[in-house]
Amino acid sequence: MSIVINHLTFAYTEGGKRLAPTLKDLTFTIEEGEFLGIIGHTGSGKSTFVQHLNGLLPSEKDTVLVDGHDLSEKAERRRARELVGMVFQYPEYQLFAESVAEDIAFGPKNMKLEEPEIDRRVRHAMELVGLDYERFSKRSPFELSGGERRRTAIAGVLSMEPKYLVLDEPMAGLDPKGRGNILALLEQIRRESGCTVIMISHSMDDIARHATKVLVLEKGEIAMLDTPQNVFSHADKLESLGLSVPNVTKICTEMNKRGISIPTTICTEAALLDWFKGVKHHA
Amino acid sequence: MRDITLGQFVAGNSIVHKLDPRTKITIMLLYIVMTFLVKRIYFFAIPLAFLIMGLLLSRISLKYIGRSLKPIRFLLVFMFLLNLIFTGGETVLLDLGFWKLTLEAILQSFFMTIRIVLLVAGASMLTLTTSPIALTDGIEKLLTPLKVFHFPAHELAMMMTIALRFIPTLMDESEKIRNAQMARGADFESGNIFRRVKSMIPILIPLFVSSFRKADELATAMESRCYHGGEGRTRMHQLRFTKADLFALLISLAFIAVLIVLLVLFK
Repeated sequence: MSIVINHLTFAYTEGGKRLAPTLKDLTFTIEEGEFLGIIGHTGSGKSTFVQHLNGLLPSEKDTVLVDGHDLSEKAERRRARELVGMVFQYPEYQLFAESVAEDIAFGPKNMKLEEPEIDRRVRHAMELVGLDYERFSKRSPFELSGGERRRTAIAGVLSMEPKYLVLDEPMAGLDPKGRGNILALLEQIRRESGCTVIMISHSMDDIARHATKVLVLEKGEIAMLDTPQNVFSHADKLESLGLSVPNVTKICTEMNKRGISIPTTICTEAALLDWFKGVKHHA
Repeated sequence: MRDITLGQFVAGNSIVHKLDPRTKITIMLLYIVMTFLVKRIYFFAIPLAFLIMGLLLSRISLKYIGRSLKPIRFLLVFMFLLNLIFTGGETVLLDLGFWKLTLEAILQSFFMTIRIVLLVAGASMLTLTTSPIALTDGIEKLLTPLKVFHFPAHELAMMMTIALRFIPTLMDESEKIRNAQMARGADFESGNIFRRVKSMIPILIPLFVSSFRKADELATAMESRCYHGGEGRTRMHQLRFTKADLFALLISLAFIAVLIVLLVLFK
């Protein structure tokens, strides 16, 4: 099963008038188990696109299919919202309940699950994001630190145990440790449940390290859709789109300029180390 | 949700747009007095003529006036029916036994409806031709004499400006929170009224929390730019009372005078 995007075009309306389209004729498929990184300049349509994945924005018939559910129909949209978990930018601003546990239980309750199942999911989600149940479950979300609030909000989505997890800049405004925690969490969920992850990020390094596929959006159109290695080897094109490449790629480009021939498809520290080891082996 | 227009200001370059906001507020008050002085339906011709004059001079399309009347259409119908049913009178046109339709009731219904339509249309003329900022500036200046009685004119105007400034921000915010809760399976569309009100809690609480946070941040930002209330504060845009303002006020007074003379003559 997969998410199929089929000729998706979308335009916002303002005061009854249709504005210029934000998304233009997107066609591609998000396969199960992928980690899709979405990059693009501000206003390229990234956030608008991901809001189509669970039917928050209306789509036409047969343009967005989540595991075969056509999101142009209302009943199917409700079903899709259980399959596709969505973590918005600054998700901690959506916290509302009196306690951390109650807030995390909001999603499962809306799914009309039984009480013991809800409890199990709340505990599991808190464990995943690294919030101790005994310490945090009864506390008010408003007395937590910024990072803890962010993790509570993410747990609120994870407790729905979605098959597809969409995150819109989940690391924005976090310190390096907080960023590392979230990325480690995503890797863990992927390993444990085989969850498909779709993440918007402005950090090319994070995308290079974790994504299995990268979608580059430009003015609502697909500029590139490929593996991170292939996408980041096109440094000139990315720069012309107002984007950049991972630091490791920059190092490789500099080395090439100074006469050390090194493939430009290397975009992570691990790959660079492997290459060095290979060279050493040869010598 | 996005289509709510509170500051319905339509930018323009007409004489009415250029008038001092203080003048426009005063004229607005005179106009309200005018509509309330009218005791017989045909005298509404005077405020109506005044309104049409303002409309022509401001080159505001009638469409915008219609738009401002749209939200009160049910109120108008309700008022009309209420007056029709409960006004007594002698000239019976239709007798159903339990209830009589009288000429007086019909006149009274029209009378009340016209008055409200004129009031709302006039008020929207003010907000259509005056930017919210100019409006609060005008209110501040008009209330300044009350400072003698320790009335916080500047603070009131500043609060109004901030409130107006934050309406679109909060609309945006509530839309975002709504989406986030919908993504978690919240349902805002089905169920009876109590369920629907209850379903608003996950939107309202984050919205309040975020507005308190924003208020706090704004206060810090204002203080770090040395804001300390209205005392000694100068303005970038000075309000200027020109000949056109004087002329506009005189015309309005003339209209009221004519109306009063007519009222006395046809008592």
